[in-house]
Amino acid sequence: MVTTPVIKNCSYCLVHVPDLVQYGSKPRREIIENPSSKESIAHSLRSYNKACCYPPNQTFVGNLSPDELGNIPRPWFENEALCSAKGKFGEILDQKSFYGLLKLADVLNPPLFAVDDTVLARLREGLAAHPLLAGFASRLAAIPQDVHDHSRQDPSRSSALAMRSEGKSCGWFYGDERAEGKGDDNLGPYTLLENLCTKASGALALTWLLHREKINPEKIDFLISCGEEACGDRYQRGGGGMAKAIGEMCGCTNASGMDIKNFCAAPASAIITAAAMVKAGLYKRVAVIGGGSLAKLGMKFQSFLEHGIPILDDCLASTALLISEDDGASPIIRLEPGAVGTVPAGAGFSDEAVFRHYLLAPLESLGLKCTDIDRYAAELHNPEIMEFAGSGDVASKNYRKIAAMAVLAKQLEKSGMNAWIERVGMPGFAPTQGHIPSAVPYIGHAMEAMNRGEIKRVMFLARASLFLNRCTNLLDGVSFVLERNPRL
Amino acid sequence: MLTGKKVIVFGERDDISGTTVSTCLKAAGAEIVYEATACFV
Repeated sequence: MVTTPVIKNCSYCLVHVPDLVQYGSKPRREIIENPSSKESIAHSLRSYNKACCYPPNQTFVGNLSPDELGNIPRPWFENEALCSAKGKFGEILDQKSFYGLLKLADVLNPPLFAVDDTVLARLREGLAAHPLLAGFASRLAAIPQDVHDHSRQDPSRSSALAMRSEGKSCGWFYGDERAEGKGDDNLGPYTLLENLCTKASGALALTWLLHREKINPEKIDFLISCGEEACGDRYQRGGGGMAKAIGEMCGCTNASGMDIKNFCAAPASAIITAAAMVKAGLYKRVAVIGGGSLAKLGMKFQSFLEHGIPILDDCLASTALLISEDDGASPIIRLEPGAVGTVPAGAGFSDEAVFRHYLLAPLESLGLKCTDIDRYAAELHNPEIMEFAGSGDVASKNYRKIAAMAVLAKQLEKSGMNAWIERVGMPGFAPTQGHIPSAVPYIGHAMEAMNRGEIKRVMFLARASLFLNRCTNLLDGVSFVLERNPRL
Repeated sequence: MLTGKKVIVFGERDDISGTTVSTCLKAAGAEIVYEATACFV
């Protein structure tokens, strides 16, 4: 019997990593150009408590709704609302606990993340004190002490990255220094730290998903990773394997997996793929995981320094979603022919062409109008981060375009655009982590609102800057409609 | 209107893309000597 796929559960996590901001792509390049900027960055980092109290972060982990966030006056970094590290959908993890996960994510020998026994004990204590991560702490205890072997260079004279937290040294992060890794830029410390940050933050989100769903990891049949990293060596950069790496770390022993790449739209593409797998009967439970992006930490730091405000892009963000068979309660993903929005290669470059394909066409296939959708989730980047950098409110720009398309399709009066946007839109609340803000942060809030009977139908629209690959000038759009379960 | 003018175009993915701007300017007679679309997210 053909089932209707549903989003059964979700998790959203942030990891506050102030000492890793310097290793984001933009800060790292600026520090090379101007070494004094490292000190400027250090002086502009905010505390863990401040990151927890930041209203957009509270919205991301589910303690505030997007509408509640919209009612909080800006600047949000000066108007704290709630200050809970624990969220309805996940948590805001501190740096020390994350370093524990990072250490556990490292499977190489000699290790990439080399720590001495004092630091290892400290990392273990951090995880042991965490109610959900205590299992990881016991596995960390099984790791032998990492004594620098004699073949290894003095870390301060090699390309190894200094790992610090709370003003203390936490060891060094190396590249793959074995014979097979030497001289391979893809296996240097920066790239491998980026990959392991995706793995560790993805594992955090998956752990929360399993906890929220109250199932054992062995129950997951298949894993799809949709992160922005590109794992692999010189012969196959971007080869993948992140999904199974995360699954292995979390004990998903019965699950195979694969990685899906589509720039920022990868989570939407992964959800649609997972739903199709479930509908086809291949798997019962597919977990979609998006780990965080180290490269995008501090992406807008210069603007924050110029304005004398704290660096707000200081968190890795991750999400995990469980796609499964219809349970009669969870929201359904519409997968009828034509229901999923895509942008064909021949669609053209204009926004109008793109929106016609991934907004209007799927709605028409479903016999719906733009006005039949209760909420739209587009690019939900935190405007406070974007506006200081001069990039404007990305969420708002996309809502203007959606409304303009509804007017062009004669489904909305031009005079009613602003009121309609107010009704179907929402402020962005996700940190600039590329794929994570792209539509999917609203899934948790949508599930809650559907469960309460407040909304019936949400359209998720994700965009991908394919042109960044330098192989095409195209961009992509991917969309799907989520509906309140008719049996609820 | 722009016949004989050389134009450099910078666009943005979430605003107006470079290709869209170029299409308009070409229609007005401009010669596009450089075009780029940025992604700021």
